[in-house]
Amino acid sequence: MSQSDLLKDKIALITGCNRGIGRAILERFAEEKAVVYASARIEGSIDDIALELSEKYNTVVIPVYFDVTDIVSLKQVFTKINKEQKRLDCLVNNAGKMQDALIGMVTENLMQELFSVNVFAVINMIQYAAKFMIRQKSGSIINISSIIGTNGNPGQIVYSASKGAVVSLTKTAAKELAHNNIRVNAIAPGIIDTDLLVNVNSDIISNRISKIAMGRIGLPEDVANVAVFLASNLSNYVTGQTIGVDGSVLI
Amino acid sequence: MNNLEKYNTVFINNFHITEQQLPKMAYQSVSAWDSIGHMGLITALEEAFDIMIDTDDIIDFSSYEKGKQILKKYNVAI
Repeated sequence: MSQSDLLKDKIALITGCNRGIGRAILERFAEEKAVVYASARIEGSIDDIALELSEKYNTVVIPVYFDVTDIVSLKQVFTKINKEQKRLDCLVNNAGKMQDALIGMVTENLMQELFSVNVFAVINMIQYAAKFMIRQKSGSIINISSIIGTNGNPGQIVYSASKGAVVSLTKTAAKELAHNNIRVNAIAPGIIDTDLLVNVNSDIISNRISKIAMGRIGLPEDVANVAVFLASNLSNYVTGQTIGVDGSVLI
Repeated sequence: MNNLEKYNTVFINNFHITEQQLPKMAYQSVSAWDSIGHMGLITALEEAFDIMIDTDDIIDFSSYEKGKQILKKYNVAI
């Protein structure tokens, strides 16, 4: 998709930019001329891509490194954005964790881990971002859920619960923040071609494709394009929604 | 404008009250200081003093006077 500056002059923070969907959202936001604070956990891991995208799209991509579950680091990042930009137009809560466990094999540890990253961190990020957005009376928050969160899937009771929570917290945040002109929406990707699929057996992948009405696995860019729409003024009257990006998959 | 004047101005503008009402102001003492008004107050104070208030302090910020104590933690002497 060619760029049309849909996000020009907007300041965005995207978590989990090192690969997959987050990486694609980062690139599309840069292509649309947003100033992007791109986050990853490992120090230095996205320095090169930040520089490359800044030059390629003539915008500013600033790498920031923090663990979304670390509230102290998280606060430091928002303080940095406050000092440098004084505003935040868009937050994309993309960082997430997936781990499977059948009923009977779910540990307390697994529940804590998945909910810390997929739910608690998202709520904390929304709390901090909302402060900017309440002040400026505008903003768009985009939470990445999953089709597993809306439809469920065997072996993923914890993951599905955490991503289902993202759908419900999105609806509540949308209602609570709407009067400040802050929109909150979620995207529920289906089966997307990311690193997670690299080690999956080709027969399993073929079987999965057979369940997708559009006949193909989704691309990270398919998700990123919806994120651009939700971050842009094109979706000014859209809030509290969960948009499936799944090619009409049956699960 | 000194810090006390800034602090008072935020309250007056945020809740549409008079200066005389300030000492008795507490959470939910006026209809404007509800949970939504509270977040508006916090963001206005953060902007006025260029600080970021922690969640625990946002919850503890129960009155005009208590707020003065909390802001001291952020090196804002009132």
